[in-house]
Amino acid sequence: MAEFWTNFAWPTVTITAQILVIVVPLLVAVAFLTLAERKVIAAIQMRKGPNVVGPFGLLQPFADGLKLLVKETIVPSGANAAVFVAAPMLTFALSLIAWAVIPFDAGLVLADINVGILYLFAISSLGVYGIIMAGWASNSKYAFLGALRSAAQMVSYEVSMGFVIITVLLCVGSLNLSDIVRAQETVWFAIPLFPMFIIFFVSTLAETNRSPFDLAEGESEIVAGYFVEYSSMAFALFFLGEYANMILMSAMTSILFLGGWLPPIAVAPFTWIPGPIWFVAKISLCLFVFLWVRATVPRYRYDQLMRLGWKVFLPFSLLWVVLTAGVLVATGWAPR
Amino acid sequence: MDSGLLREYLPILIFLALAIGLAGLMILASVIAARQRPDSEKLAAYECGFDAFDDARRKFDVRFYLVAILFIIFDLEVAFLFPWAASLSQIGLFGFWSMIVFLAVLTVGFVYEWKKGALEWE
Amino acid sequence: MIIQALAFYLFSTVLIAAAVMVISARNPVHSVLFLILAFFNAAGLFVLMGAEFLAMILVVVYVGAVAVLFLFVVMMLDIDFSALRQGFLRYAPIGGLVGIVLLVELMWMATVWAVAPGASEVGVARMPAAAQIPNTQALGLVLYTRYVYVFQAAGLVLLVAMIGAIVLTLRQREGVRRQDIARQISRPRERSVELVKMPPRAGV
Repeated sequence: MAEFWTNFAWPTVTITAQILVIVVPLLVAVAFLTLAERKVIAAIQMRKGPNVVGPFGLLQPFADGLKLLVKETIVPSGANAAVFVAAPMLTFALSLIAWAVIPFDAGLVLADINVGILYLFAISSLGVYGIIMAGWASNSKYAFLGALRSAAQMVSYEVSMGFVIITVLLCVGSLNLSDIVRAQETVWFAIPLFPMFIIFFVSTLAETNRSPFDLAEGESEIVAGYFVEYSSMAFALFFLGEYANMILMSAMTSILFLGGWLPPIAVAPFTWIPGPIWFVAKISLCLFVFLWVRATVPRYRYDQLMRLGWKVFLPFSLLWVVLTAGVLVATGWAPR
Repeated sequence: MDSGLLREYLPILIFLALAIGLAGLMILASVIAARQRPDSEKLAAYECGFDAFDDARRKFDVRFYLVAILFIIFDLEVAFLFPWAASLSQIGLFGFWSMIVFLAVLTVGFVYEWKKGALEWE
Repeated sequence: MIIQALAFYLFSTVLIAAAVMVISARNPVHSVLFLILAFFNAAGLFVLMGAEFLAMILVVVYVGAVAVLFLFVVMMLDIDFSALRQGFLRYAPIGGLVGIVLLVELMWMATVWAVAPGASEVGVARMPAAAQIPNTQALGLVLYTRYVYVFQAAGLVLLVAMIGAIVLTLRQREGVRRQDIARQISRPRERSVELVKMPPRAGV
């Protein structure tokens, strides 16, 4: 019995505590990201944004959350109830479990698996299911069209994302996320792999269905796309999942290209600031660009979107994979 | 069986269980907290003021299937690249050229689909 | 090692249950969703064996790509599934026969593997210990050099699949106007805008 306690129950309790340490700040961050989005866009459009609930509108996201909680959960009569409810749960759960492998500082990671980047790639490739399931289960034309578009869009950009990840891995020689960050101690990959950095960031915009690639929502034509039929907490889960995914993609960009927890230069005033703060600062910077893009760039047309993914990003990133590998092999810089 | 390796995966399993539990709890809380008064109009699928004509699930353009198939192929290509990227320095020039030939073969396919117009969208 | 055993039984029970549901679910979409669940649990079993790279690739390729295509097909293709079910009893014997042949083959393989002299060492010698080298690297070390022909054959198979998919599904629609971005941006200013000097109050 004592063995059971030390081998099974106790690790489970500690791991659960660690998970909560990740999840709770994450959900708070998601809440404030929704507020930040409204504030940033308001500032860009010379408005004030939410400023009534709490000081500077800081309590606005919690008011929104409470409002959604006391709304009626509607399952349309033509819908497939089980799949309809499972879709938002899946989206939400996927956006959370990806955080298990994100390193916040040297050694500060919940699950330091060898194939960390592949795990993130796998999780992001599953994101499409929440959308397809929602679109199909709703049995509504708008939801169906939105899901279809978004599914094709997400898979199109995933390919170039894969190639970009490969170029980074070539420079690292390991799939472990902590190793990827450590390999950037001399120079962040955003500098030597600058075009890949741009492609990756644009692909994350498409992957999270954010503007200018938000055709899945397309409120002016298919009203809200795949989650038009959702209400109450089921809707909130989609919303939370989408914003948690944005933060996750920003974290991925920071780890792959901006040196994760590393300071910009390893000299005195920068090294005093602890790693997690650098990491959060980089994530916030990426998130700001997400919001900035949303406020300034108009929506793509669908044929242009597919053209960009398949005819520009895919060949270009494939070429860069070959180029990077060629340079590494020719110069003998390939990491051991 | 390496228990060190498995120890790293246990948190993921627990995380998955917790995440699904949390999601379920949130939906359940809302179902309990909010007043549920469904009626047939409320439960109808969203349309611009009329009843939906027929089932929304219908056939669609075959291009979507083509995109899905091409995605599978390129995804496999990426899958082959992962071990290569991780071991490039140790497999030497032969390993490098072996992958270049592989990529060249697939580029032939890519050029073919480009020329055929499979990547065009109307 | 209690957790390991528990996880194994959890994954394998759910895997088998999901596999049964794949063929017994009434709704084909539910079948595909159960298939995805089965893939997941198979990935879990791979992880338990220490094959983490294979586990992730199983999720990326099969769940992330192949099952998406399956879902596309069953969700949105107008197939009359009740008509398909009618033939179930007719095809059951053939299906059963194929299943039995596969089972016999697998058992045959397992027996040969266990009985043949030296077979067990071959399997062990090829596989480096997971603690020494991450199995992505281990795979990379042999896949592109030792198994180069198989690897190139895989490339050719993918090429054939690509061409086959295009030949089978691509239909050119008539009368579609496409955007030619190169032509748009290479258009000189002189051909599109004309500045006309007008004297004031002269009218056109």
